[in-house]
Amino acid sequence: MPDFIAEWLNQNEIFTAMTIMEYWDGLVTTVHLVFLSLVIGLLVAVPLAILRTVRNPFVSGPVWLYTYLFRGTPLLIQLYIIYYGLAQIEGIQETFWWEIFREPFYPALLAFTLNTAAYTTEIIRGAMVSTPNGEIEAAKAYGMNWLMRMRRIVLPSAARRAVQAYSNEVIFMLHASAIASVVTIVDLTGAARNIYSRFYAPFDAFIFVALCYMMLTFILVFAFRRLENHLLRHQRPVSG
Amino acid sequence: MKNLIVAASCALALIAGGAQAQEPSLRIAFDVPYEPFEYKDENGELTGFEVELAEAMCEEINANCEFVIQAWDGMIPGLLARKFDLIMSSMSITPERAERVLFSEPYYNTPGGWFGPESFNTDVTDMGAMKDKTVGVQRGTTMDTYVTENMGGIVTIKRYTTADDMVLDLEGQRLDVVFVDYPVGEQTILPKEGFKEVAEPVKLGKGVGVAMRKRDTDLAGEINAALRTLKEDGTYDTLMQKYFAYDIKM
Repeated sequence: MPDFIAEWLNQNEIFTAMTIMEYWDGLVTTVHLVFLSLVIGLLVAVPLAILRTVRNPFVSGPVWLYTYLFRGTPLLIQLYIIYYGLAQIEGIQETFWWEIFREPFYPALLAFTLNTAAYTTEIIRGAMVSTPNGEIEAAKAYGMNWLMRMRRIVLPSAARRAVQAYSNEVIFMLHASAIASVVTIVDLTGAARNIYSRFYAPFDAFIFVALCYMMLTFILVFAFRRLENHLLRHQRPVSG
Repeated sequence: MKNLIVAASCALALIAGGAQAQEPSLRIAFDVPYEPFEYKDENGELTGFEVELAEAMCEEINANCEFVIQAWDGMIPGLLARKFDLIMSSMSITPERAERVLFSEPYYNTPGGWFGPESFNTDVTDMGAMKDKTVGVQRGTTMDTYVTENMGGIVTIKRYTTADDMVLDLEGQRLDVVFVDYPVGEQTILPKEGFKEVAEPVKLGKGVGVAMRKRDTDLAGEINAALRTLKEDGTYDTLMQKYFAYDIKM
């Protein structure tokens, strides 16, 4: 088998050590970008989801507007506005912000984070409002205050209900990150586009990159299944 | 009923026969905007040096031509998938492309030009001084190949799908300098305030040819003959003078 692979590598012009390295660098960039935006997005989304469930419209209104805007427009447009729009602001090149936004990585990270945070906020909010009334009443009966109820009852049970929907969001985010290549980031898709334009072999370049995304998705699906099994183990039938 | 079927078959045969007798029809693909080669004028009409040359060429070979707009990324796949029959969109002749498509004889060659802000004073041939500069190119062009081969690892190369995006990033100061097809830079960058040509143009490659499918060898013969006629009878020169202040003839 390794002989076969070595022979195949020798025979084709496209998958040389150099292009494999380009794909590898692209993979690292994709994982880096998606991982950071998901982590920051989740950290932002939890407090936003709590604010979104507050009755006072002056508190929940702005959060509603934010999720509405970011879920109502395509991610590609958000990325264009942030990447090209920021560069058009008069005098931004002279401020320290430019150090951050000059490189395409941070505008893309900002766009991806804001986008995934908006979706995650709605996922968590949905799980929070579907907390059974009885649990909350019981918590009140025990004399728990709002903070304690949130911490001990609402958020843990919401997390269990949200995890399946959230795993979809994570996979969508991975695939959505392919558009980072339009702002010159050489992620997996960017590497595939560069290699394609060098060899004019769309099938080889893009099928290989599709397999890379599939492999990443497999890892994510597997990890989330483990997590679900862990979080939802109380729902499993007693094994006989 | 039988008569009806016979009549219908006859009508079909007539239509098919009529279509055969017509002039051969060719679909030609352009990627716009790529001034001054192909772009849309104020009225939205497709025009430019290559568009007008294509019109003259079609007249020369008595073909009925239809113009198709196609983004650069999908040019060769679109040709191979028979979405159109010819590419006349400034496609430089390279060995990699010649593996996939058949090229006519070259019909023009323009150099690559270096453009940057007024403040850019670095010698682009001095690799020490160019170290860590950010250079913009259009992905998959001969300029891309040149920068990748000669300056890869020294400068940071940013690759763009369209020239427009690249110029935006040059204006936004994300790029120090761009290396772009000379006429494109001349038309889109030089008119802007604060930008200049920062180095001598560089002659690259074997020129630009009409691309077609490998099997269309007869068509290639006709096109080469037509291009030769146009170059000799002055049509080419008139067109060139209309769009360019310098010689691009090959």
